[in-house]
Amino acid sequence: MNTKSLVSISDIGRDEILKLLETARQFEENPNRRLLEGKVVATLFFEPSTRTRLSFETAVNRLGGRVIGFSDANTTSSSKGETLKDTIKMVSNYVDLIIMRHYLEGAARYASEVTDVPIINAGDGANQHPSQTMLDLYSIYKTQGTLENLTITLVGDLKYGRTVHSLLMAMRYFNPEFRFVACEELGMPKEYKIFCEENGIKYTEHTDFSEEVINSSDIIYMTRVQRERFADIMEYERVKDLYNLNNSMLGGAKENMKILHPLPRVNEIAQDVDDNPHAYYFEQARNGLYARQALICRALGIEV
Amino acid sequence: MTVSKQELAVAALRNGTVIDHIPSSVLFKAVKILGIANLDKAVTIGNNLDSKKLGKKGIIKVADVFFPESTLNRIALIAPSAVVNIIRDYEVVEKFPVSLPDTIMGIVKCGNPKCITNNEPMRTKFHVIDHDDVTIECHYCGQAVKSRDAQIC
Repeated sequence: MNTKSLVSISDIGRDEILKLLETARQFEENPNRRLLEGKVVATLFFEPSTRTRLSFETAVNRLGGRVIGFSDANTTSSSKGETLKDTIKMVSNYVDLIIMRHYLEGAARYASEVTDVPIINAGDGANQHPSQTMLDLYSIYKTQGTLENLTITLVGDLKYGRTVHSLLMAMRYFNPEFRFVACEELGMPKEYKIFCEENGIKYTEHTDFSEEVINSSDIIYMTRVQRERFADIMEYERVKDLYNLNNSMLGGAKENMKILHPLPRVNEIAQDVDDNPHAYYFEQARNGLYARQALICRALGIEV
Repeated sequence: MTVSKQELAVAALRNGTVIDHIPSSVLFKAVKILGIANLDKAVTIGNNLDSKKLGKKGIIKVADVFFPESTLNRIALIAPSAVVNIIRDYEVVEKFPVSLPDTIMGIVKCGNPKCITNNEPMRTKFHVIDHDDVTIECHYCGQAVKSRDAQIC
């Protein structure tokens, strides 16, 4: 596999994470630098995701590179039955970097094995989404001044939420204390709790999104509780509003506390939170641009 | 020469390979993994034989074939206590247990329908993440499965 590829956040170690955060910070100061002059990047989105695709494409464009690609597999020869391997090999002839999102798990890992062109995974099924984790880390780093020794509360769908799993694993180098706030049906899966225990990561579990939990958090990471995830609809109806956040709950929060959400948000963060200084989810999305620029430069071996 | 009937059951080949102490429940999976069906040499398969170790065991004897160790070790996934006997001139010249490799290519099918390996013409690849309670994890989608629940291709 090409070592410059990024398929999972666990491909990146502690020191490299810190280096990438510093690079992202530099890009935030100036996102318009002609570092990708003469480079062509492919965005291959076999599954639509407008937000992520636009973020990556903006990242390339602002660095002076050019973008080719597609945003829906239906318009490509995949619909004629072409294998992923053939598609990747064909595109590899044209570009310096491939950014791909696919509905099948392991697609990006496989792609990185069939070509020498670096691959950045923009999401493979329910599996990995490392650029999201990178921008989450950058947001935490920026707002807290550090990644070390923080109390991070994860709320909502902890069972299926790939962003919370990925964040959990990335934070293992930084001595966090996690709070898992979810209903039993969507609790943090056993293998991640084992991961915490094996890596000396402290965590507590709560079914109650209480004031006490909110007031002791440095970061509250909200995720959406989806109806489709529930085998029992009555259970969904019972819990659907228990993990919502509204402005009245934030009175006792720590001054440095920030609320993150991978977006799109529906009911889980009330509109009345948006004007509260603790709300950070829109800036978080903007940080995606800088984090992705840093990842693109890493993939192309460009020193910043 | 008096040789007990027990010993004869293992060393009746002149030259070849005997794989012993295969649990009866996985015998035919082991046959599949070794590709025995495609050989044109004499093969003897015994099943439900009494075993002190396993209760009931299976045994495979293949004449004039010596498998590479990597092939033999692939059955460690489902028969971790299997023992290989290499026979030359009616004598057991080598005897060793199978040992589980760290990575398993091919053989096992991923149980995740959304895994790329089930949707693309490619080989599967699994990593052994727990050698004691043998558990393997798909290299591509990350789904883990206990070896006893693993689907053999």
